[in-house]
Amino acid sequence: MTGKCRENYNKNYLAYVKTQDPPTKHFKNCLAAFGVGGFICCIGQFIRYMLEYAGLSGDELAGSTSVILIFIGCLLTGFGVYDRIGRYAGAGSIVPITGFANSVTSPAIEFKTEGWIYGMAAKMFTVAGAIIVFGVFSGVLVGLIYLIL
Amino acid sequence: MTMKKGNTVFFENSPRVAASAAICGSKEREGIIGDYADVLLDDDNFGESTFEKAECKMLSEAISLAIQKSGYARDEIDCLLSGDLLNQIISASFAARDFSFPFLGVYSACSTMSESIMLGAMLVNSGYCNAVVAATGSHFASAERQYRYPLELGCTRPPQAQWTVTGAGGLVLSRDRGKIKVVNATMGRVCDYGVTDVNNMGAAMAPAAADTIIRHFKDTDTRPEDYDMILTGDLGALGSRILKDLTWEKGFDISSRHVDCGEIIYNVVEDEFQGGSGAGCSAVVLNSFVLSKMRAGLYKRILFAATGALLSTVSSGQGESIPCISHAVQLELI
Repeated sequence: MTGKCRENYNKNYLAYVKTQDPPTKHFKNCLAAFGVGGFICCIGQFIRYMLEYAGLSGDELAGSTSVILIFIGCLLTGFGVYDRIGRYAGAGSIVPITGFANSVTSPAIEFKTEGWIYGMAAKMFTVAGAIIVFGVFSGVLVGLIYLIL
Repeated sequence: MTMKKGNTVFFENSPRVAASAAICGSKEREGIIGDYADVLLDDDNFGESTFEKAECKMLSEAISLAIQKSGYARDEIDCLLSGDLLNQIISASFAARDFSFPFLGVYSACSTMSESIMLGAMLVNSGYCNAVVAATGSHFASAERQYRYPLELGCTRPPQAQWTVTGAGGLVLSRDRGKIKVVNATMGRVCDYGVTDVNNMGAAMAPAAADTIIRHFKDTDTRPEDYDMILTGDLGALGSRILKDLTWEKGFDISSRHVDCGEIIYNVVEDEFQGGSGAGCSAVVLNSFVLSKMRAGLYKRILFAATGALLSTVSSGQGESIPCISHAVQLELI
């Protein structure tokens, strides 16, 4: 079976597979993501209030809050808890800054067995690299739009 | 007696399964095979520092155990046929360091068990070898690392996803020992129906299984009813449904005989979803549960058709579809 005939056959098969696929539970996933994501943000806000109470303000306050959240994200990843949260919450735990921390820490733990330099350090950004590239890129893009307007 | 018809080879000297052994991980032991496997691990690291080393040790252990149970001395074994899922089949070749007999590396992903049994039976049947070991295994953590994401990364698994089995299994094929014989084997063809979703292995592999099983029926002039069990490797729940549809479409209704190793290996509770997968899946289920039930006389004749997805992270990254293969061997109680 080659060429056009095979193409058609494949198309029919893929259409058939689609009918058999178990559906993704969008509603449940969205709800879990909203709940957990919101909860993480609440923790962030709580930390922020605490730091504000302690006398920080402005950039210092924002920076310290992020650092604490990143630390918590890394710590939970190391304890093997964050992936369990992530499996349940999906986007809810990926989007906040703790998710970014998780995406850097998890390959670092995983590839430690291949050495500190070529393993842990080099592969630390295998997942987060894409986030950084597109984060910077969209930052530039928004900046340009801001400049023009 | 015909030696070959279509793509099926017939073994007139009936090579036999002298002994089999299986090792399974901590998650697998809770399922159906927990009562039948020889070694049950509490710790998936198996006392090693890396998961790759653990996989290698499991395989090595399964091979030693199978040889020990067969009653052969190690220097009576003529060769080892083995493979696994890791790049350059490192687990198999590293495990082969522990043994003094020759090693032939075999790779057809999760179908490695049936391919190595088929090749081993050919070697024994032809008289080149007296006793051959066929073994394979896989490890959840090492497969995740190679094919997917780091273990600790918090991402959701899609509902089509399967869980790579931590375990290894091996068997000794011999010319004259054992109660189970290998009757014939059908060589698989590579099938690709254009599935590109790496999370949907069942849908990708089902056509290959259907192709091989149907050719097997035609070459051997048998019907699904002639078998006590038609055992596939790791199609999972979704893939099994598709396989039944595909074979039914061609006039063979296998639904009453079909069992999928991936579907039965776990008590699906958490996120295994469609069941188990990996080379170790069929190896563990066949070498523990199925063969011991055969020896006990529960099944007289089975068709074992494990399926393998022949993709790599590079090919799927480049948007290629997933070519799959399935080799089938027919086992019979003497």
